[in-house]
Amino acid sequence: MYLALFLIFGGLCVAGALNLLFQRHPINSALSLIVVMSSLAVLYLLLGAEFLAAAQVIVYSGAIMVLFTFVIMLLNAGREERTHGSKAAYAVGIPGAAALLGALVYIFLSNGSLLGPTLLGASWVVPTVFSATLFHDLLLPFEVTSVLLLVAILGAVALARKEH
Amino acid sequence: MEVSFWFFVLISILKVIIVTGILLTAVAYTVLLERKVVGRIQNRWGPSRVGPFGLLQPLADGIKLFLKEDLMPTNVYKPLFIAAPIIALGCALMSISMIPFGANIQYHGVDLFQISDINIGLLVILGITSIGVYGVALSGWSSNNKYSLLGALRASAQVISYELALGLSLVGVILRSGSFRLRDIVDVQSAHGLLSWNFFGGWQFAAFFIYIMAAFAETNRTPFDLPEAESELTAGYHTEYSSMKFAMFFMAEYANMITVGCLATLLFFGGWSSPFGHLFQPYGGVWAAAIMPVFWFVLKVFGFLFLYIWVRGTLPRFRYDQLMGFGWKFLMPLAIANIIVTSFWLAYRAA
Repeated sequence: MYLALFLIFGGLCVAGALNLLFQRHPINSALSLIVVMSSLAVLYLLLGAEFLAAAQVIVYSGAIMVLFTFVIMLLNAGREERTHGSKAAYAVGIPGAAALLGALVYIFLSNGSLLGPTLLGASWVVPTVFSATLFHDLLLPFEVTSVLLLVAILGAVALARKEH
Repeated sequence: MEVSFWFFVLISILKVIIVTGILLTAVAYTVLLERKVVGRIQNRWGPSRVGPFGLLQPLADGIKLFLKEDLMPTNVYKPLFIAAPIIALGCALMSISMIPFGANIQYHGVDLFQISDINIGLLVILGITSIGVYGVALSGWSSNNKYSLLGALRASAQVISYELALGLSLVGVILRSGSFRLRDIVDVQSAHGLLSWNFFGGWQFAAFFIYIMAAFAETNRTPFDLPEAESELTAGYHTEYSSMKFAMFFMAEYANMITVGCLATLLFFGGWSSPFGHLFQPYGGVWAAAIMPVFWFVLKVFGFLFLYIWVRGTLPRFRYDQLMGFGWKFLMPLAIANIIVTSFWLAYRAA
């Protein structure tokens, strides 16, 4: 049951990501990104992270991607044209991506015993436990992150302000 | 008690069919109620020709919409033009599945008055509503019409802005109950009837005010119906839609209204709990214990629908900058202040 859900939504996630790359029209790419993010939410849910799954849908698929589509609609962006691009990107990009993938696979496989396996749907982290961890044990990192976001917002406001 | 898988599936499908049927009927009759009440407010009769008191009008409307020609304008972006009303209606109908309509009465281990009782029910409803925006946004963009596009832009900007205030206004309620589960939120409020509802006993007046304002904006209702402002944008995002596709947008709007009313009832007005607390609980036996909560719930939701219609008949439309200023400069700070005051009060009481 859990495995079936994992396969369906994992497959949907990969298909959405590929579609995101291959579509020519920005709005189709944005919609594929929504599919990717929503299927990631289901994967989080299968791993027992209820709150994270809901937050993923509300924040990423719901708010941020609406902004993306909003901007695409506002600029009325049309179909993208294929350009030759830089030769360097082709020369470095593909081997670079392959090297990164290889390194990540190597690290995860060699440290697999330390990380430990988990079963799908085996454990559920209820929001009360989750928030206790977040606001007791990890309070400082949490607050520092929110200050960082605040600084980013102030920076955006400062940049967007018109000179008088 | 362990429930067998197939029994669970069967009962769930049955519940979904019944609830969707009731919801769609309620949508049809909310439209009639709106036309009747707004008619009265404007000193005219409203629909009165079809059936006694015009009661069969929704049926006639449905047949009319169904039999109309389904127009497809040239140069629309077809896949999204067709998908948009489906997204809008799908999301509007889905969120009702988390709403508990009555007391937790189990039949062979299956909850009778709620489709699915989950831990993070409130968050799931918020998530589904936030996905529902795409219906409006994509319909406007794919229609190849500047009025539609402007309507869709207004709708998405408005919904993102008011979603913040809406989410923050719910934090006070969640702090009081300590759970996202809608049944827990209602259970906290059901101890002493009227006095323990979040609105009266929980001092969440400000939160309720913010919630109801944001809910009007989220459902694109007057005074925040700028996405479909007739005088400026012909019909806004659904200008190019006809026949069943238009009907789907229409049904989505009213289904959203009902969901928002249900949520307001559950969060601030004690859900299905009686305003008299447990005073009359010993009387009436098993059947009354099952039916009365549903009665109270429906009555409260009806009150909210009436409020919606009343406001529509009374208030004029906001200007766009007023709408944004109101959301960001007034409702947001008020919501944050409400969170701070509520948490201090709860901390003081706990200490």
